[in-house]
Amino acid sequence: MTLLLVALGAAIGAPLRYLTDRAIQARHDSPFPWGTMTVNVAGSFVLGLLMALPAGTATAALVGTGFCGALTTYSTFSYETLRLVQDGKRFYAAANIVVSIVAGLGAAAVGIILGEAVS
Amino acid sequence: MLAAISAGGVLGALARYGVAEAWPHPAGGFPWSTLVINVSGCLLIGVLMVFVTKVATDRPLLRPFLGVGFLGGYTTFSTYIVDIYQTTSPWAALAYLGLTLIGAMAAVWTGWEITIRLVRR
Repeated sequence: MTLLLVALGAAIGAPLRYLTDRAIQARHDSPFPWGTMTVNVAGSFVLGLLMALPAGTATAALVGTGFCGALTTYSTFSYETLRLVQDGKRFYAAANIVVSIVAGLGAAAVGIILGEAVS
Repeated sequence: MLAAISAGGVLGALARYGVAEAWPHPAGGFPWSTLVINVSGCLLIGVLMVFVTKVATDRPLLRPFLGVGFLGGYTTFSTYIVDIYQTTSPWAALAYLGLTLIGAMAAVWTGWEITIRLVRR
């Protein structure tokens, strides 16, 4: 049952990451990977919120492991950073790392605080 | 296209779930399984991206299925971030933050460089 919930969450999360990335990248010309950063920060918020709420194992599997896990990505984050370095855009590469992690930690903290406040 | 991403994402997430279940860490302990999942996924995307951009350029579904789908679903940024808060020792949390990041960047670079050398031979 847990496997099915993980699969269901991922079946939604992975294409949603792609669609979000496409929609965001189409709106600007900057080489900065805003799309991946957006899904990573949004997923960190949702997972932080989920962890602070008294969620059961089924919800954790569906929303946490499945949806948030597939919505967010470390492989594309690292690959896009590598591409920026290879293109000589070292400042963007460093900014991508720092902003992704700082914004991710901030978003998760907001989620945790919000979750603790309502539960 | 979306179906390939979704199917790949499901397989990747199940693989991640399998590794995490097989290698659990105590609550508040060092999340080795997530670290290994993210670093190995970054190594694989380095290899894959050479393959899809230089070798199998006539396979339009390869990158959506394996890259966006499988490796995207396998690796996770949200668990990485939340793990940092859940690691009890601040030093362990800091080490986990840094080791994952350095490991991931070294892995994607290694995967890309080794594969591109093999391809150009």
